[in-house]
Amino acid sequence: MSLASDDRSAEGRGGLNRPPLQATASQTAGPYWHLIDFPEWADLLRSNGPNAAIAGERITLLGTVTDGDGAPCPDAMVEIWQADPEGRYDGDFHGFGRCATDQAGRFRFLTLKPGAVRAEGNAFQAPHVVVSLFARGLLKQLVTRLYFAGEPLNEQDPVLSAVPPDRRGTLIARPEGDGAWRLDMRLQGEGEMVFLEI
Amino acid sequence: MSYRLPAPETQPPYDAPDYGSTHKRHPKQPLIRIAQTLSETSAPRMRPSLYETTHNLAKGPGWEAQGERITVAGRVLDEDGRPVPGAMVEVWQANAAGRYNHERDQHDAPLDPNFKGEGRIFTDAEGWYRYTTIRPGAYPWRNHHNAWRPVHIHYSLFGAGFAQRLITQMYFPGDPLLPLDPIFNCVPDPAARQRLVAAFDLEVTEPEYALGYRFDIVLRGRDATPMENPA
Repeated sequence: MSLASDDRSAEGRGGLNRPPLQATASQTAGPYWHLIDFPEWADLLRSNGPNAAIAGERITLLGTVTDGDGAPCPDAMVEIWQADPEGRYDGDFHGFGRCATDQAGRFRFLTLKPGAVRAEGNAFQAPHVVVSLFARGLLKQLVTRLYFAGEPLNEQDPVLSAVPPDRRGTLIARPEGDGAWRLDMRLQGEGEMVFLEI
Repeated sequence: MSYRLPAPETQPPYDAPDYGSTHKRHPKQPLIRIAQTLSETSAPRMRPSLYETTHNLAKGPGWEAQGERITVAGRVLDEDGRPVPGAMVEVWQANAAGRYNHERDQHDAPLDPNFKGEGRIFTDAEGWYRYTTIRPGAYPWRNHHNAWRPVHIHYSLFGAGFAQRLITQMYFPGDPLLPLDPIFNCVPDPAARQRLVAAFDLEVTEPEYALGYRFDIVLRGRDATPMENPA
């Protein structure tokens, strides 16, 4: 497709509230996306990576991705995006990671615990990690967040507050010791994770 | 600043009965709408110094892939027509025989030892990208009886905000499999579907070397007005 420049005129908008162009349709990543899987990207602290010299609390984020039958999704792409330990996105920390789930549906990231992120006004969001899931059978990504159990700011976090209390737990990782935090992600059915429209 | 939601009919649903893999993988609860925060409007600064580029998937030192060489070029823009500079574009695809260089692809078609099928490029200041590869082949899948995927190249894009993150597929003009493909046809709006089809372009075509295709990609645009009922 080539976008003709006249499509950008006001007449081409099809209505006042329509942007001149329309976002390209999403399509599934399919089962063979591993051609762009680089397992080292799941280790945000890798010695030859951009964060090797950045100080902070080292943590492991782990869990499983399961389907409506509770069966593992062995071909999902999990991506994370997070702030640095000071809660900033504009520092030197490169808060992006990608991990392929294994045959048991497991993912695992090594990273630094993010700080509280500034929200509207003088408020702060609780420390959190943005999570995107791509997979065969997902025609567009599912977006969610991972929060940390026990954080005082969880009580007033604007996103957690938008989630019905009985489902908030699906976004809150639990400590497993040695800096590991677990969040299992069920795509459908009992204990279905909360997914966000952003 | 926040990113506008795409027009619903331009995007596929999560639950698509004709595409079997969606049955057990789509959420049954509605998504919860949130007001975008810095976490959604910021994005990782992808750059060639961190992520090595590959402009030519078809040829390297001492090797050349089998198949019909093609060059694909296009622009990455937002919905307001602004170029997205420095966008990281990842592409992956099957080989000319319709087989992925992937252990789980068991289709009985020859592997090409000289074709990995993966590349990475960055858009320039005007949003342009360009790479050379070979035209992939169609291949069967088991969604339904005699199901074949139309010829396609997978795209993964990172924009200026994580809300702009996009994975899609580029199709080829005149492919007789397009009207039969549940994945392509999951997009409700026919015009939005057609925008997934590249155009043959003689200007992109390189004489004596490769046929050219043009494929532009639009990422979500910025919303001028704040959300009415932010979470």
